[in-house]
Amino acid sequence: MRHGVARFVTGFLALPVALYLFYVVWPFAQAAGYSLTDWGGYSDSQRFVGLDNYVRLFSDELIRKAFWHNVFFLVTVPLFTIALALFLAFLLNVGGREDRAGIRGVFGSGMYKVIFFFPQVLSLVVIAVMWQQIYRTDGQGLINGLLIKIGLVDADNPIAFTADPEPFLGVPAVLWWLLFIAVWSGAGFYMVLFSAAMQSIPKDIYEAAILDGAGRFHTFFKVTLPLLRDSVSVAWVYLGFIALDMYALVFVMTPSQGGPNHASEIFASVIQFNAFQKGQFGYACAIAVALAIFTILLAALQLRITRRERIEF
Amino acid sequence: MSVSPEKFGDVSRRTLLRRAAAAGLLAAPAAGLLSACAGSEPSKSDGGGAAKSKDNPFGVKDGSAVKVVVFNGGLGDQWAKEDKVIFNAKHPNVTVNMSSTQKIKTEEQPKMATQPSDLVMNSGADMMDRSTLINEGAIESLDDLLTAPAWDSEGTVADSLLPGTVADGTQNGKFYVVNVAYTVWGNWYNAALFSKEGWTAPTTWDDFFALAPKIKAKGMAPYVHDAVHGYYPRWALFASIWKAVGKQAVVDIDNLKDGAWKADGIVAALEPWEKLVKDRLLLPGKLDHTQSQQAFLDGKAAFIQVGTWLKNEMAATIPPGFEMTISDYWSKSGDKAAKDVFASSGEGFVVPSKAPNKEAAKEFLRAILSKAGSAKFAELTKSLASTKGSGDNVQDSALASANSLMKNGSSDLISVKFPDFYADLDKESQNLSEELMAGRLTAQQFVDKMQAAADKVAKDSSIKKQTRTA
Repeated sequence: MRHGVARFVTGFLALPVALYLFYVVWPFAQAAGYSLTDWGGYSDSQRFVGLDNYVRLFSDELIRKAFWHNVFFLVTVPLFTIALALFLAFLLNVGGREDRAGIRGVFGSGMYKVIFFFPQVLSLVVIAVMWQQIYRTDGQGLINGLLIKIGLVDADNPIAFTADPEPFLGVPAVLWWLLFIAVWSGAGFYMVLFSAAMQSIPKDIYEAAILDGAGRFHTFFKVTLPLLRDSVSVAWVYLGFIALDMYALVFVMTPSQGGPNHASEIFASVIQFNAFQKGQFGYACAIAVALAIFTILLAALQLRITRRERIEF
Repeated sequence: MSVSPEKFGDVSRRTLLRRAAAAGLLAAPAAGLLSACAGSEPSKSDGGGAAKSKDNPFGVKDGSAVKVVVFNGGLGDQWAKEDKVIFNAKHPNVTVNMSSTQKIKTEEQPKMATQPSDLVMNSGADMMDRSTLINEGAIESLDDLLTAPAWDSEGTVADSLLPGTVADGTQNGKFYVVNVAYTVWGNWYNAALFSKEGWTAPTTWDDFFALAPKIKAKGMAPYVHDAVHGYYPRWALFASIWKAVGKQAVVDIDNLKDGAWKADGIVAALEPWEKLVKDRLLLPGKLDHTQSQQAFLDGKAAFIQVGTWLKNEMAATIPPGFEMTISDYWSKSGDKAAKDVFASSGEGFVVPSKAPNKEAAKEFLRAILSKAGSAKFAELTKSLASTKGSGDNVQDSALASANSLMKNGSSDLISVKFPDFYADLDKESQNLSEELMAGRLTAQQFVDKMQAAADKVAKDSSIKKQTRTA
């Protein structure tokens, strides 16, 4: 009997595993293989160069720049997205008045949920193209046009948005403007995720807290947040991946795809430039492999730090 | 130089995902793409072998098929369909499979090592890097096309081309890229507006700076440029350098000669641009190519600098009565080559080395470069073709002004080669050009930074060096 089960399971899994090996694992290995060559991308000949590409990586100024920009996103995207998502989820689920039906969200929370989730159903490229119009750098842009009309912005000196490399808090302005879009487009999804998690928290815990005189502030930080730890931790890892990507926004929205003058260069844009513009696929693969290793380490570290005993309820 | 009017904003989700994938973000599909490129078998030619004659110099075989990929950008693709008709009139039994796209590299690059199309128009923002194609042996030398008889005129194909076309397509002494369009760059203005206001189009910087206050008084910005794609202002900056210091200065820059950027007069050549920015003569806002061109059409700015595809690219929104006219880039007194015009052939076709029907591909090129084909091209695109006399019978202010600009210019054409030679320097010069135009760099700082970037490329042994002779 046991034998039969094993055969059944194997039969079921063989095809997906084979597909996975062929379409996911094998290409991974191939990319790693190419990273040890000087392949240009247009021919079928390449020379083995050992770890040269990796050595070169460490002295590449552009990569250093891209690294710090990705680190900026790595810190800010999860931080702001989760903070905003938690805030919205809290308001929508337990932020409202209490009445006979118990604790509920603010008035109209069902509609807000749909509205906040909306960016999630749009493709990132659609979002980028839409924000290009919002961020347009003359009086025809949504933001500039409005601010110029009410006199907050000088028509001769409109906000440059993604064409602005001037540092704000030490980070080029263009990165802050991109961050804003990333948070806007991501918060809705995590709000829904956190909402679901919040709804699984028994209402009596809140009622008990309220009876003990806890206000909204205390209920949130002493009850809700600790019980959402798992969800927040997972969200942090996902958002970390998104922060290491950011390709679509940079590619569509910034001048010379990483500009102005390298002010928004990220790993992905450097990989794209080396592979497709410079014709150095081998080197680009090396950057990609390094990025993959970095991502995996980061995810492992993240999950390790946040691992904790689960609270059952 | 293959420079073309393209639509940068349109990135479809699929393309983007594919790119993102190829860039190794998801690593998996990335290498999937990579694997598609490796391990190919060389394909055999199956289109040639027929008897060669004056009307069939490459021996195209009846019953064979040829796959032609056209870049569908600012020039559209209707002209290519006309060429297909011309081609089939002579070769009714050769099937032409024509497709058009804006994503040349995305769609053609993965096929280059295995089963490429026979004839690819390598153009647009998403084009394959030309030096890489040549260095990797991925495209065919087309020297035999130049010596073949012209389709419908006396002499060879080479004889029928405008000056510069053969040189533009030549690298390492061989002819690889057949540029079919001929582009002239300069400062555009609305002749109707200028005659109404009684303004004369400036020919020198002094004229321009004298006229600028009058333009400003009318509530217009004197100048607008593409502030997103750095190669737009770069044309203008290099026109100024060439006119002021002469050809040799630009040749030295292209050849990464030691201290080429420090040559006398280069900083002075760029100072009018610095002044233009500092005097706030630019339209506020960091507009991209179509936005800035529309601002020009809307009368928000008096001048815009761009190439002759402008008319066709903006055809849908040109207001009635707008007389789009191109004039030469402004010079200053004492310029060494004030009469040289910035013009070149562009929109280059290449024949992949592994294409199955190279004979028909070359024959199709002969049809594109024919008198009939090039006349259709000029008629449909309002741009000159690289074949002589293409614009002779077209009535159009933009085309006519480009024609007369070419006739009044000297025979030397302004051209810059290093962006085709070195991707790094290409990107760096684009970035720095925009920095200069944003007022974040002075002319002196621009020159210093360009010299540093050129030195870095010169020292980098992983970059194959090229030489410009003419």
